[in-house]
Order: sequence, then C-alpha cells, then structure tokens
Amino acid sequence: MIHVRNLKKKYNHVVAVGGVSFSVQKGEVFGLLGPNGAGKTSILECLEGIRHPDGGQIEIAGINAIREAHKLRKVIGVQLQSGALPETITPDEVMRLFCSYQGVATRYDFLDRFGLGQKRTTQFHQLSTGQQRRLSLALAVGHDPQVLFLDEPTAGLDVAARKELHQLIVEMKSHGTTIILATHDMAEAEVLTDRVAILLKGELVAMGSPMDITRSGAGWSKISVQTRDQKLQHTDPTIPGIKHKKKSNNYIQYFSSDTGATVSAIISFIESQEDQLLDLRVERPSLEDRFLELTAE
Amino acid sequence: MNAFKTHFAFEFRTGIRNRQLLLLNYLFPIGFYFMMGLIMTDINPGFRDVLIPSMVTFSVLAATLLGLPEPIVKAREAGILRSFKIYGVSAMALLVIPVLTTMVHLTIVALVITLTAPLLFGAPLPTNWAAFILVFGVGTFTCSFIGILIGVIARSTRITILYSQILFLPSMLLGGLMVPHHVLSETMGKVALLLPASHVMNAFKGIAMGQPASFHAWGSLSVLLMGGVIAFVLALYGFKWDSSDKKI
Repeated sequence: MIHVRNLKKKYNHVVAVGGVSFSVQKGEVFGLLGPNGAGKTSILECLEGIRHPDGGQIEIAGINAIREAHKLRKVIGVQLQSGALPETITPDEVMRLFCSYQGVATRYDFLDRFGLGQKRTTQFHQLSTGQQRRLSLALAVGHDPQVLFLDEPTAGLDVAARKELHQLIVEMKSHGTTIILATHDMAEAEVLTDRVAILLKGELVAMGSPMDITRSGAGWSKISVQTRDQKLQHTDPTIPGIKHKKKSNNYIQYFSSDTGATVSAIISFIESQEDQLLDLRVERPSLEDRFLELTAE
Repeated sequence: MNAFKTHFAFEFRTGIRNRQLLLLNYLFPIGFYFMMGLIMTDINPGFRDVLIPSMVTFSVLAATLLGLPEPIVKAREAGILRSFKIYGVSAMALLVIPVLTTMVHLTIVALVITLTAPLLFGAPLPTNWAAFILVFGVGTFTCSFIGILIGVIARSTRITILYSQILFLPSMLLGGLMVPHHVLSETMGKVALLLPASHVMNAFKGIAMGQPASFHAWGSLSVLLMGGVIAFVLALYGFKWDSSDKKI
C-alpha cells in the first residue's frame, strides 16, 4: 500500500530525514517512533503531500505522492499534530466544508461516532483538547480513506481520553484502514502497532514488530523480589544470569538474561534460608527499554 | 461548486461572527460615516458633495486594508491553512472567497451610506448609478486583493499591521477623502497618485457623481483594474501554506 524509498528532507542545511526506506502493507498499523527532532513529522508531511521531499520516492495506493500529490487527497486522511481550525467554526460546519471539498456526502454520523454529537454547534475554540482531537480524527476519516496518518494523536490528552482514542484507532484498523502512527509514546506503539520503525536524527535505526525489536536487544528481564526476612538483601547470594541488581524500597531487583534460571535460583535460596516469599514480579524488556538502548548506542 | 458555496457561506458567517471583522466591516465604517456626516457637513457644507463617495471609499479601505490581511496571517501562523490544504481546499479558494464575502459586506454598508446620506445630511446621490456600481466594484476588487497581498507577504501579525497602516493612513490623508486632490502640493499630488484611494475617489467624482475629476477618470478606473489584477496574481504566486514555505 505504501512504499518509501530513500526519502530525504532537509531544512536549510539541517538534515531532517537522511534517506529512509520502508513499506507498509494494506490494513497494517505502522508506527514511526523517535524522540523530538527524529524526523517523524517530516516523513509524515512528505507522505501527506504537505512538504516536498529533497530526494527519494513515495508511492501510496499506487499514486506517486510527489508527482501526483493532488490525487492523494481522495485516498488519504490526515490528523495533524497541531490540527488547527478557525476559532468560530463548528463541528457541523467543518465536516460539511471538508466533505464538500472531498466530493463526498457530509458525514454527520461521524460526529456522533466520535463522541461529538452534543457539541455539533459548539465553536472550535470552546471544545476541550480531547474533543478537538476527536474532531480532527472524524474529519480525517470522513471520506473513508484507504490510508490514515496520525501524528501524535494522544499528545496532551488525559488517560481517559487517550484510552478512548486508542479504541477508535483499533476500530478503524478492524475496518481495514492502513494506519501510519507517529508517536514518541512507546507504550502506545506497543499496544496499537503491528510494526514500528525507530528513527533517530533522521535515520532509521530499527524496524520490525514491537516484539521483534524488543527481543533484538540485550533482553534483560527485571525480576523484583520481596521476602519476609529480606535474606536476599542481607546475604547477597550468587544468582545465575544476573547482569546487575539494585534495591528499591523493600524489593531487590535483579536484571537477568536467563529468567528461568534466575527465578529458580531465587526460590531455592529463599527456601534454603527458611525465608518467606511475599512478592515476585517478572517484567519483560519493553519497547521503551529497547528504544533507550538504541538511542544510547 | 458545492464546496465553493459551502465555503462562501461559512466565510460570510465568520465576517459577522468574528468580532474584529464585524467591527471593521460594519461598525467602524458606519460609525465613522455618521460622525463625519454630522461634523464635517457642519464645518464645511461643501463636504456634502463628496460625502457618499468618500465614506464608501473609507468603508472599502477599512474592510480591505485593515480587515483582510490579519486573518490570513493568523491562519497561517496557527496552522489553519495547513489543515485546509490537507482537506483539499485550494489556494485560489482561500484567496478569492474572503474577497467575495468582503464585497458582499461592503455592498451592504455602501447601501446604508448611499440611501441615508441624502436624507440625513442632504448629500447628492450619484448621477450615474451604473458607473457608481462599476467604480465601487472595481475599487473593492482592487483594494481587496491589495489587502490579500499584504496578508500573503507579511511574515507576522505585527508586520501586517505596519504594512496595512502604511497604505491606509496616507490614503486617508492624501486620497481625496477629506482633502481634495487639487489642493495638495505638486509633490504630494504625485505621491497621492500611487494610492488606490485617489483613483477610486477620482473615478467616483468624474464618472458617477457628475463632478469634475482631478485627473482622467476612466484612466483611474483602468489603473485600479490593472492594480487589482497584478495584486491578485502576486498574491496567488506568493501564497504560502505555512510559515516555513519559501515563496516571496
């Protein structure tokens, strides 16, 4: 559905995107991850036809996005990172306006579907941040696009609004929409995406499913243990597979490359010392952990 | 066409909903007209002869040079134009529709002035209504696209105000609204010829009001028309969707 080959973009002499290539399959949710300034928004804007790239090729649903940018509007939907609209426009008006420019019937039902049914005649500046985001998402899908671009869709939202927006994204995915999601929220990417590309200073440093990327790292699991008599802390036994350990409140945390062997050794030691295990937690390395490893390299 | 009509309807409502535009399109010109009608006709009875053209011209200048540039700059700075681009709104629509809605607002104001001035202040009506409408249309067209051009080239709202005032204030002083062109010094008279207001007033007097023109009235109309077309072309060429686009 989307093919990007050797995409380049610079602003004055600053290289924002230094030759990035990737493909996205139909119906996939593809994440672009990276810190601020990594090039996510620049890549998205080149794909959306807002910016003209300085090199490379982009093809979206069979359309050459550089030479035929005018054809993209019917095929893509975009939720901008800062999707500003005129202050006094209402959801009804903007839906009617943009649907008329897209050449489709006005989708007032999307306003209800995205939780704006009660706010149809409220002026834009009077909507909450979450409502404004939902409106921009409703506008992005109003013409039933094949590809949807989301740039930091949950930035600045509270927990409840974020969860609501995630559910909407999952719903759109279930309808077969191809989604490109730019975010620096790793947890969000782990939950929503099928594959991610991690960007750093305009370069693509890793690409794959969140699970594959996580596994490709050092793979240290964190094992947190709390015992009644804290014998582990007092005696400091040798535990196999440990990279390092640290104390945190009443817990001792082991970072292990061999979870099974480490947990077995811990339990055996606790039993041998006639201590009592109160709590044991095993946390797999997260995408965020791997991301931090990659950015530290 | 449907998109154009929908956009036009929204833009027209904005002109009334937005307090600043309401002020510049209606309250300021009509308030100024009533004030000038009361004061100036008392001080200088001869002002009655130019009350209608001068106040209509003033309304045009206020709505176009002061009212049109800032919304464009603010929309660009706020990222609104980028949103519009995403949803398929053309640059042409963004430039032309505000001009058309402003012309509608100005028509209403011009009607108020033209129909009340004879009754309230004894001002003479145009002798040639077709010419009056023609000069009004061309003058509004030209000043509107000059206002749009200011909005396109100004990099910030502060610069916008500066550019607008550079044109508006001299137009008020030298454009023939308050002071007839023939009493200006030779140098100031030549400077005045650079201002669209001078040509609007000259065309109104010479073609529509049956009064002596200070210079060739139909020439003024031609200058206005050419100026408007040039301003439109430059605005279209220089239009930027956001502040980081490089054009003019």
